[in-house]
Formats: sequence, structure tokens, C-alpha cells
Amino acid sequence: MTKHPNSPTTNAKSPAQMAPTQRNLLLFAGMAALLIMVGVLQSWNVAFSILNMCLISAIMALGVNIQWGYAGLFNVGVMGFAALGGLAGVVVSMPPVDAAWAAGGLGIIMGLATGIATLIAGMMVWRRGQSWGRWRYAATAAIVISGYIFIRSLADPSVAAIEAVDPARTGYLGGLGLPIILSWLVGGVFAAAAAWVVGKVSLGLRADYLAIATLGISEIIIYVLKFEDWLSRGVKNVNGLPRPVPYEVDLQANSWFIALADNLNLPLVDASSLMVKICYALLFTVVLLAVLWLSETALRSPWGRMMRAIRDNETAANAMGKNVTKQHLLVFVLGSAVIGVAGAMMVTLDGQFTPTSYQPLRFTFLIWVMVIAGGSGNNWGAVLGGFLIWFFWIEAEPIGLWLMDVVTSGLPPTHWLRLHLLESAAHTRLMTMGVILLLVLRFSPRGLIPESRR
Amino acid sequence: MEAVLNALVLIGNYIVVPGLAYGSQLALGALGVTMIYAVLRFSNFGHGEIMSFGTMLVILATFALQDFGLSISPLPTALLALPVGIAGAIGLCLLLDRYVYKFYRQQRASPVIYLIVSIGTMFIIGGLIRFIIGPKDRNFADGERFIMKASAFKANTGLAEGLAIKTSQGVTVLTAFIVVGVVFWFLNYTRTGKSMRAFSDNEDLALLSGIDPDRVVRITWIITAVLATIAGTLYGLDKSYKPLVYMHLLLPIFAAAIVGGVGNPLGAIAGGFVIAFSELAITFAYKKVAAYLIGDGVLGDGLLQLLSTDYKFAVSFMILVIVLLVKPTGIFSGKTL
Repeated sequence: MTKHPNSPTTNAKSPAQMAPTQRNLLLFAGMAALLIMVGVLQSWNVAFSILNMCLISAIMALGVNIQWGYAGLFNVGVMGFAALGGLAGVVVSMPPVDAAWAAGGLGIIMGLATGIATLIAGMMVWRRGQSWGRWRYAATAAIVISGYIFIRSLADPSVAAIEAVDPARTGYLGGLGLPIILSWLVGGVFAAAAAWVVGKVSLGLRADYLAIATLGISEIIIYVLKFEDWLSRGVKNVNGLPRPVPYEVDLQANSWFIALADNLNLPLVDASSLMVKICYALLFTVVLLAVLWLSETALRSPWGRMMRAIRDNETAANAMGKNVTKQHLLVFVLGSAVIGVAGAMMVTLDGQFTPTSYQPLRFTFLIWVMVIAGGSGNNWGAVLGGFLIWFFWIEAEPIGLWLMDVVTSGLPPTHWLRLHLLESAAHTRLMTMGVILLLVLRFSPRGLIPESRR
Repeated sequence: MEAVLNALVLIGNYIVVPGLAYGSQLALGALGVTMIYAVLRFSNFGHGEIMSFGTMLVILATFALQDFGLSISPLPTALLALPVGIAGAIGLCLLLDRYVYKFYRQQRASPVIYLIVSIGTMFIIGGLIRFIIGPKDRNFADGERFIMKASAFKANTGLAEGLAIKTSQGVTVLTAFIVVGVVFWFLNYTRTGKSMRAFSDNEDLALLSGIDPDRVVRITWIITAVLATIAGTLYGLDKSYKPLVYMHLLLPIFAAAIVGGVGNPLGAIAGGFVIAFSELAITFAYKKVAAYLIGDGVLGDGLLQLLSTDYKFAVSFMILVIVLLVKPTGIFSGKTL
């Protein structure tokens, strides 16, 4: 049975002395003030780039909150699902590489088809063979292995041919050449599909198995994206993804925009990049509000009540005739889909897909800290956590570096200890994340905006 | 006949010998994970970092010993430095237990909370390690490099293929054998070991019989720290030490523990070898073996490699998935010590 920190049995006191809504408003206002402060002190461009990533982080945190806050499912593979969303950005938006399709498109499609056929055949034999004893294992294994060898023999030459097509510039199949906004949906679908497979395997067993299985699948997804050049160009990265918003150079040539920048008394270059960021921010806000509205509606619905009942006491919910494993699978798939959407949005914002940039610390555990610090089980809490933790993640390095500099300022500038400390300032993030996670779990397990009793 | 022998030597050199060494390292790691699971009932995500921490201390001590000019050549100096690493790792584990895990034990928190907490400790230890020794790759193996060189094997047998055994591989297998033996003796024949098994079997009953839970937990952490440091040091001697690699070792170690049946020490050892051998066997290129057995180029000019070495972690995951689908309790149906 899973005991969630929000279950009624935990004797956490309500941290709020004032009315909760007032307190929450204050927290969000404080967050806005922080961003405005950055805008005034550093620059509005920096403030809006932080805001854009805050919005994306908030959506990812909502996805994790759906899994953890609603259902108590522990997903250690956020990184993998986000990367799948990123892959969707490439597959949907990049122009197709005709030469590569001509060289090996058929082989890849045949390989994929054989793969699906093998899986179906393997599953059918596994289902049918319940009375076959040991032959069941042998037959299934034989089908899967021979299918795998067949796939390799079909696809390997095509892969080599595709990767040989102008490897410095393409060397991959390219995408479908559709608007990149579409990839946000497709990214959700990709992540949902992967989550379905992982959930099907590991849900219904002990809670740790889901954690370990998601840890595994996310590493493997990253390895696939790194090494399958025909699909994602691997470590050569995909640059120059098309944008859903105007380009700076176009804005700078636009007479209407030049007049606007003139009126605002801003240099044209700054104004154009600021404009692009504002456009992104608007788009992301729309998505965030949509996801937030959907999650809130779901949480208030009878379905949400059932999910909480399952979370707080699986045995009792089971006895009431609720199919716990099925609901867990559903909620796991939904949460992962939201993460996939956010992953696609992030690649859209970056304008490039770099498989090596996916690090578990940045993409899995940072999101976890956001959810737990913000308030697990509360969507507003997850959003606030996404904003706040991302803000400090970005600003922690300059602060840490400055701190190290001050602490060691008494030492001569070339002293080994000073150099060592300054050099290791970058690693303080890892430790800080761990410390925050442990402190919040220990002293405020319900987070900044606790789940409200309904 | 000679062709068959050559093929066998090839397999021995690239699968059996490295598999035995890597399997022993995984087995020791998985044994630690499984002990924590059996007594404290959670999967410790910090285990890889505990291994890494102990190894780091061993490396620092090794460098210090080398500076003094102490060595036990032909054996690696790191063996002499092991006690330092073990002591440090024990200290770390006991501190973590006292200031982090004890609170949740008293709360009777759920395994998922422990899991998240252990991830928190993983970061803190990881950060500490990068702070002290940095993220770079370090090689600390010294002494004689080989027990048997490939060229000597070729000269003695007259075969075209050579069989090499590194000192680190020999040391690994021997040490693992001794350590596992001691652990099993401890669990089965000492009073403390028996009380641990009783505690893992039925906590309430053990408490009723007057077993001190704090003592059992302490001893479990101590054993885990010892196993982790030894496993980490052996792995580092065999390959090299890099903090990131140790973080990635977590997946094969968990897979080994689950394949054998979590909580079952015998299973952890079996699981370690299952994972190690399948990883090597699946990512090995059989081209040369096939050339000896059935002639060159009969099966085409491919490498005859089931999976490229880039995907060696995928092997642990595949085995994990198969076990979860077919027999979720593992080979030796787990959860007893």
C-alpha cells in the first residue's frame, strides 16, 4: 500500500495562518516580483527567457504532479519522456531529406513494419501458449529473436545508406515539414506511447519497480537518440528548427515594428528579440492554462476523487471495485503525455535538438524538486514550484560563484583552495538540489501550497 | 580442432574472463542493495554513490600511500588503502541513517518516500564527490598489469588467439569470493546474522523476541558500506574511476538484484552474473568466432553483433523487463535474507 505524504493519516499542521487563497496570491505575486526585479536589474530579455523556461517547467511539473500528486506514482524517467517530446519536434517540423528517403526510406519502413509484426506475433504466441509449459517461453523467444535478426538485416543497409547522405548537413531522414506547433501534440503522443509500455510492464507490481523501470527506459531513450543518427542525427544535433513565431531579422525589416521600437525608445535589436520572447511566452501561457484547467477539472471530477481514494488506500479502493492497476496506467500515461508536450515546447523554444543536453539532474530530479517543494497534489503548487525552482536554478550559479568568491576573498587569488572552490562552484547545484529535496520532505512534506481538503 | 579451440579462446578472452570479473563486481553491488531492501525495505538509489564515495576515499589513500612509496607490488596498492575507504563509507552510511533515514523509520513512512529520500542522498553524496575529487576520469591501478599476457598464452599453446587475464580481474574474482563467503557465514552462523535474518523475515516477531532494531539497522548499513566500497574499488581497478559511470552502474545493479529476487542474497549474486554475462554476450561481435567455426564470410560481412556496445545498458533493462513480465519475484523468489 502506498502512503502518500498527503494522505489524511499524516499529521501535518496547516502552515497557513491567513486564508489559503490570500497566501497563494501572495506567493505568486512574490514570484512575479522576482521576475520583474530581474527585468529591472539585469535586463528584460533575461527576465523573459527565464519566464519562458519557467512556463515550460511548470507544465512538466504539472505532468509529474498528475502522476505523483494524484496517484502516488514515482516516475524517475521524466527526462526520457521530455526527450521523446523533443524528438517529435524534429520529426514533425524539419523538412524531409528526399535523398535519404530515396536511399533507405523503404528499408526503414520495412524494418519498422517487421518490428510491429514481430511484437504482435510474439504477444499472440505468449497469450495462446498458456498450456504449453516450457514451449511457451521457447516459442516466444524464437519469434522475437528471429524477428530481431530479420529487422536488422532489413534495416542495417538502409541505415548505413541514410547516414551516408551528406552527413555533414543531413545524414538523417528529416521530418515531415509540418508546422512545429503540431509537434506539441505529437510529442505528447510519443511520450504517452512509451509510458504505456513501461506502465504495462511495471505497474501492479511493487512501487520500486516502476521507479527502476522508468529510470531504465529514460536512459535508453537518450541512448537511442544519441546513437541512431538516421532518426535524430545523434550527437550531431538538429539545428534550425522552424519557429511558430516571427524571426528577429523579419521584425527588424518591418516598418510597423521599427516604429513601435522607436516609440518605446528601445534599440531595434533588443526590441526584436524581446518581441520574439514575448510571443513564445504568450503561446506557452495558453498551453499552461489549458493543461492547468484540464487538470483542475479532472481533479474535481468524480474521477479525481477516485484517484485520491486509490492513492490514499489502495486496498480499500480495490475492495470498492476500482481497478487500481488500470487507473494507475491511465494516470501514468496522461502525466507522461503532458511531460512530452512540454519537451516538444522546449525544443521549439531552443530551436535545436541536442540529445547530449538531456541530463537526469536537469530533466528528472529538478522537476521532482519543483513538484515536492511546490506542493504535491496541488496543481497551483506544482506551477509555483516550477516557476520558483527554475528561477533559482538559473540564478543559483551566479549566486554560488559570488558566494565562493566572497568566502575565499581573504586568500591570494592563486591559492589552490580558492581555485578548487571556484572551480567546483558548478557542482553545488547537485548538492543544493539534494539538500532542498531532503529539507522539504522532512520539514514541509506538503509543500508551499498544500493540497486542499475537499 | 584448432579452429574450435581458437573460437573457444576468443569467447573466453572477451566474454568469460571479463564476465566473471564484471559479474563479481555487480554481485557485490547487488548484494548491498538487496541487504538494504531486506532489512530497511526500500530500494536505495544512493547505492551507486556510496560505492563511488568509498572508492574515492580509497583512491585518495592510494595516492597518499604511493607518495610514501609504500606498495604491495605485484598487487595494486588500492587493496592496502581499502580500510580507509571502508571506514569512510561506514561513517557516511551511519550519518545518513542517523540524520536522514531514522526519522522516516520512526514515522513508518512508505517505501516511495524512502525512495525519494534516497535520491536526495544520492545528490548530496554525488555533489560531495564532485566537490572533493572532481568529475574527471582517474586511473589508480598499479602493480603488475597482467596475470597472464595474451602473447605468453599464444607462445605456450601455439594458438592464433590469446587469452589475457588482468591482475584486477583475478583480484576481483578472488576478493568477491572471500567477501561473499564471509557475508554468508555471518548471516547463517553468527548470532547477529541470525537476528538480522529474523528481523528481515518478520519485523514484529523479531521485536517481540528482544532483537534491538537499531542495532540490526546499523549492522546492515555497515555491511552495505563494506560491500559497496569493495565493489566500487574493484570496478575502478578493473576499468577506471569516473563519478558519472558509477551513477550509471545503478541500473545494472538494480537489474541484478531484481533478476535474482530482491532481498535474497543468493539471488543478488546469481543476478549479477546473469546481467554481466548477458551484457557481454549480447554486445560481443561474433564475426571472428564464426570465421573459425564455419568459415570466413559465410554469414555475410557483418560484425554478427546482436546489439552495439553503445547499448550495453539496454541489456540490463531488457532482462529487467523480461523478469518483470515473466517472473516478477525473480529467480530465487525474493524478500528473505
